[in-house]
Amino acid sequence: MSSNKKYWKSVEELNENSSIVETLQQNEFVEEIPTDEFLGDKESLESSSTSRRDFLKYVGFSTAAASLAACEGPVIKSIPYVVQPTEIIPGVANFYATTIADGYDFASILVKTREGRPIKIENNTDASTNGMANARVHASILGLYDNLRVKAPMKGDTEISWDTFMSETSMALNQLKDGKQIVLLTQTLASPSTHKLISEFSDKYGNVRHVTYDAVSESATLDAYQAKYGKRGMANYDFSKAKTIVSIGADFIGDWQGGGFESGYAKGRVPENGKMSRHIQFESNMSLSGANADKRVPLKPSEQKLALAKLYSYVTGNSVGGAKLSENLDAAIKVAAKELSNAGSNAVVVTGIQDVNAQTVVLEINEYLKSKAFDPKTTIMTRQGNSSEVEQLIADMKAGQVGAIITYGVNPMYTMPNASDFAEGLNKTDLSVAFSMKQDETSTNCQYIAATPHFLESWGDFEMKSGHYSMMQPTIRPLFDTKQFQEVLLAWNGNASSYRDYIKEVWTANILNGESFNKAVQDGFFVSSSIDESESEDNTDETLETPSAKAGMALASSAKVGEMELSLYTKVGMGDGQQANNPWLQEFPDPITRTSWDNYLTVSKSDADRLGLVNENVANGGLNGSYANVTVNGVTVSNVPVIIQPGQAKGSVGLSFGYGRTSGLKAEMQTGVNAYPLYQNFNAVQNVTISKAEGMHEFACVQLHNTLMGRGDIIRETTLEIFNTKDKEYWNAVPKVSKDHIETPVTSPDVDLWDSFDRSIGHHFNLSIDLNACTGCGACVIACHAENNVPVVGKTEMRRSRDMHWLRIDRYYSSQDSFEGDNEKKDNISGLSSSLSEFGEMENPADNPQVAFQPVMCQHCNHAPCETVCPVAATAHGRQGQNHMAYNRCVGTRYCANNCPYKVRRFNWFLYNKNDEFDYYMNDDLGRMVLNPDVTVRSRGVMEKCSFCIQKTQKTILDAKRDGREVRDGEFQTACSAACGNGAMVFGDINDKDSEIAALKVDKRAYHLLEHVGTKPNVVYQTKVRNTAKA
Amino acid sequence: MKHVIYRNLTSQILRLGFILLLTFSTSLNAQEGDPANGKSLFNANCAACHKLNKPMTGPALANVEQRLYEEEGLDREWLNKWIRNSSALIKSGDAYANKIYNEWNQVAMNAFPQLSDQDISDILAYTAAPPPAPAPVETGAEVMVQEPGISNDLILGALAVLFALLALALILVKRTLNRFAEAKGIEAVIEEKRIPIWKAFVQNQFLVLVSVIFLLLASGYFAYGYFMQIGIDQGYEPVQPIHYSHRIHAGENGIDCKYCHSSARVSKHSGIPSLNICMNCHKAIGEVAEATQQEGIKEFGVDYNAEIQKLYEAVGWDGTGYTGETQPVKWIRIHNLPDFAYFNHSQHVSVAGLECQTCHGPVEEMEIMYQHSPLTMGWCINCHRETNVKVKDNGYYTKIHEQLSKKYGVEQLTAAQMGGLECGKCHY
Repeated sequence: MSSNKKYWKSVEELNENSSIVETLQQNEFVEEIPTDEFLGDKESLESSSTSRRDFLKYVGFSTAAASLAACEGPVIKSIPYVVQPTEIIPGVANFYATTIADGYDFASILVKTREGRPIKIENNTDASTNGMANARVHASILGLYDNLRVKAPMKGDTEISWDTFMSETSMALNQLKDGKQIVLLTQTLASPSTHKLISEFSDKYGNVRHVTYDAVSESATLDAYQAKYGKRGMANYDFSKAKTIVSIGADFIGDWQGGGFESGYAKGRVPENGKMSRHIQFESNMSLSGANADKRVPLKPSEQKLALAKLYSYVTGNSVGGAKLSENLDAAIKVAAKELSNAGSNAVVVTGIQDVNAQTVVLEINEYLKSKAFDPKTTIMTRQGNSSEVEQLIADMKAGQVGAIITYGVNPMYTMPNASDFAEGLNKTDLSVAFSMKQDETSTNCQYIAATPHFLESWGDFEMKSGHYSMMQPTIRPLFDTKQFQEVLLAWNGNASSYRDYIKEVWTANILNGESFNKAVQDGFFVSSSIDESESEDNTDETLETPSAKAGMALASSAKVGEMELSLYTKVGMGDGQQANNPWLQEFPDPITRTSWDNYLTVSKSDADRLGLVNENVANGGLNGSYANVTVNGVTVSNVPVIIQPGQAKGSVGLSFGYGRTSGLKAEMQTGVNAYPLYQNFNAVQNVTISKAEGMHEFACVQLHNTLMGRGDIIRETTLEIFNTKDKEYWNAVPKVSKDHIETPVTSPDVDLWDSFDRSIGHHFNLSIDLNACTGCGACVIACHAENNVPVVGKTEMRRSRDMHWLRIDRYYSSQDSFEGDNEKKDNISGLSSSLSEFGEMENPADNPQVAFQPVMCQHCNHAPCETVCPVAATAHGRQGQNHMAYNRCVGTRYCANNCPYKVRRFNWFLYNKNDEFDYYMNDDLGRMVLNPDVTVRSRGVMEKCSFCIQKTQKTILDAKRDGREVRDGEFQTACSAACGNGAMVFGDINDKDSEIAALKVDKRAYHLLEHVGTKPNVVYQTKVRNTAKA
Repeated sequence: MKHVIYRNLTSQILRLGFILLLTFSTSLNAQEGDPANGKSLFNANCAACHKLNKPMTGPALANVEQRLYEEEGLDREWLNKWIRNSSALIKSGDAYANKIYNEWNQVAMNAFPQLSDQDISDILAYTAAPPPAPAPVETGAEVMVQEPGISNDLILGALAVLFALLALALILVKRTLNRFAEAKGIEAVIEEKRIPIWKAFVQNQFLVLVSVIFLLLASGYFAYGYFMQIGIDQGYEPVQPIHYSHRIHAGENGIDCKYCHSSARVSKHSGIPSLNICMNCHKAIGEVAEATQQEGIKEFGVDYNAEIQKLYEAVGWDGTGYTGETQPVKWIRIHNLPDFAYFNHSQHVSVAGLECQTCHGPVEEMEIMYQHSPLTMGWCINCHRETNVKVKDNGYYTKIHEQLSKKYGVEQLTAAQMGGLECGKCHY
């Protein structure tokens, strides 16, 4: 039964007396146009010096002037190449395979270039080494056109030439030769050639130390893996092979252990033959993984350690001791352990606790279970940072033992908890060079800034997983006078060859094994056929026999409960913060809180009440929140805005990294607070004290915008049990209306107001969105941004619900109790009745809600309400099923937006390009280079919306016409469906009967949004099925 | 004293050779070439790299045989070897061959083994004495053209004088008649004074109203017409940085449009050709024929040769090689669709198989390119309504055309019936 659940988007909606929700339900455009203010004030009207006559004069003059000015067109110049490169045809896009590896995000990608300009990042579907591109990777292209990039090497504040830079730094390095330490502080490189270069560098200069530093450390994971398998890395997991997934504090759909696991996870989530994976999540912050879980148990970070230890003991049978868990938690852990044991090798356990013992315990449980999803032989290399080495380095620097420090790809002055210590140490070095694209916090404190190119202008090679190599190649000539870190290393080493040749040399000698280098560059990846597997085999056998409880016991005893515990995390949109100057990511609403342009302290409702922290919605729908001061061990971050987060474990708070940067970014992007000072000892979990601060913070939160408008049945979900046992009519019924007192389905033509149009000829586009496979990651939102030139409007406009996203991912909360009644009874039978009273408490909606994501874009209704109300016929229907929007015809009445039941139309309240008031990427020549030349840049006063990427479908059709063939299945793509690595979005032509989409359209899970309205949309959703039944 | 003997031997051989050479050359000289055939062979084989009087990729070839014989003492046999396979000659270590090779940037000359001895002698005969250029024929034509022009003016002038005389005569006759009447005492009847017509018009309010309405309508009509053509640049013919004549290239020389605008086949843009495309031909064509040059100066006031020099300057060509100093040409764009209208050349050129002239007009007759069509939406739509979709031999259309033509009951579908009028096909 899907219809009797109550969905809500915001805590405010649960408040029955809230007038704001009522107002928002009634008004499409919440902000009143202040006509009364202007016309109602008689005094100011009378005292105005502009009389009606003057006004008319001005109008007449300006009309005449405008029409005179319009008579003469501008002279437009067109400058062709002198010698046109053979691979460039103006108007035709080229694609290059390359790799992003910025130390935080690693992915194989395709780059679309037009006339030599990279304009979009797409998935390299052939190379699925590290999952598909996430939202940050899709947005990273904007970094190439960042106006604040360092444009030439600098010494202090002055630009110098590379010759000067090289001669001065070489001299300084030569003086240090075999003297004081030369330290290379780098991001995780995972690059075979760069590692070789560094070892050559250290051969030449003697006393060289290479320290790898991850801003958000996975050091404990690496240590645990290294201790067990002898190699510094992380175990690989393939969640598509797991039937039961238990995660304790691991946001593996997010950035856990380098990310890239969500595609595998999503594969297992789609019910096939009545089976899907079961996912139990124990966590304190509401994460993406928790939101997708079948069962989510909120608990404090300290309890997580104990819970993991207990889970270990229940699964393996070894006693671990330690404190006792609360009764309900213990019951939940027992259930999880039982399910794990039942699933056996089909089960997998993961944890995000940054503790060597916790990570060891997980490795042991997975080995004990002989988990198929657990692959310790394939080592993930995308995190290499070593916290203890970094701490040692700072101590050495402060002691004056470091002669030269060369940083690359890191920003320790921003990301280190003890940044002041680092600064102190930096002053004691003889030479400090920062390889950086920005004048950021660190590079401005160094003597030299070596301007580095963007990754789209660079060469590089990577080994993300053992045996899986990928290649980075430039897609554009360097825009500025920049040099790669590796190029400079080559020069310092006295090697005259180019870095590309150097990579080729390394690959030919060590990696390719006789295969073609050019092929590897073309593909962007290379999988070695001789992956060494022998080494780890022995280890596995050995540990299997003796599952030692040592780590478990250590873990259990180390769990120390604090009064308030802070979990630091990374947001899907911002990551570790290196892309903070990216307006797409700033404007990207967080999938969980739906808040953009900010980070915030997430607090549970009861803690907020206790501490007097409030969230309130003001009249225009904007969210305001209290400020809090957060103190960890005497370090205080003050004025942190507070958001009350449903599902946040009581006694815990969350705060995300990546915000609060101050250097090297535009004033508009300097948002949020810096959480890194609280990241002491690189430990993401801290005991904190929180006190309320003065004032209220204004959030740009879109969660109350475009509300359900009182339409309840917006999302459909069911449980696996019902899905398997009951008819479709029971859990996915077509709504019925009464016609002549006979119940008739709304899909019947008898009850339709309109005559149906014959769409059986030609193409008829449909988009299917599988709510089971959609994790809410938001890659599609950014891909849509990039493809369709969607403007960025900024924080204040976002707050006024004037965001321009064509594609939004709605997040709905619901309490379990309304349709879980049956299941609860079943729980009773299974002998866990004692714990049920406590369980009942957790069912309180705001305490632990169920979460569902539903991407919503224009539904391209066949019977579209917007089309009938447009007074100028600016929006009309195409035969191919697309709802067209002719911007040049639109006069901006906004009537269509009023009449749209899905609230997907966006109005250009301002001119967002070439406007100093909106100084984001569309305001400078460099930033505008990212615009897609095939899509109009909209002007002020017109309505816009998703077009089903008509420029892409038209291009596919044209290609087929030119080749004289029919379009193949899978060729039609939208930006969102191409970006979706989870396979949640499938686009295609339903008139092609053999296509995937034609099958999905008639799938028994298929439903339309607000079907009872009778709009006959061309977007079809697949009912979300939750695996809530016990396995 | 061996080497002495050798020296003698060498000198003897040389002497012998000289005699042989002389006899041979005389015999060759006796073999007369045909300069007319030589010209066509020269144009077909040599003109890509050689000119008669100017160095190009290779040296100037006027009187090459005589020059070689006089300056280097090389004979026809050497020339034959060189022409048939220069690289072999270079490899054999021939001194002059290597000298020439190095002098001309080590660009090896193509081998022409297919040329017979007679062919070569024809070519050489042409290089020695090119046939005289045909006498210019325009002079006669120009006179012909000018004659009616002069006579027209004369006739008109004579007519005007005639009318003036007639008018004068009439006035004189009237005056004389009046005088006669006066003399005879006949009084002219004086008519009653009438209301002047304008006063009558003003007094008749209905007439005033009607004419005001008429005037308003007329001015409205013209104002509308005037305002509607704002922004429509039909006939826009800007002065370009290089006077490029489509008339000569596409018209007289009959070069295919898509030779230069090649991207029209595959891209939304037809593409303004890059300068390296121009140099495909203009490497060899440094100046136009004298007749064309005269025509340019007289008819269009343009020095074509100077325009070609502008191209060389832009592309950085010094007559023999590229200097690398380029100066991209800033053409003025003529056809400007607004940004919100999407147009794809390849759809119309490759798929529909339209001639470029359908939209761009008689380009082959345009000395300077201008905008032929209005490029308005109405103009696009009209064509889509009237034009049948070309579906033959196109696998994409097979199914959809069959179904649609059945639905509409027609043999041939227009672009409009295929969906070519939908907003979203051009506006996104």
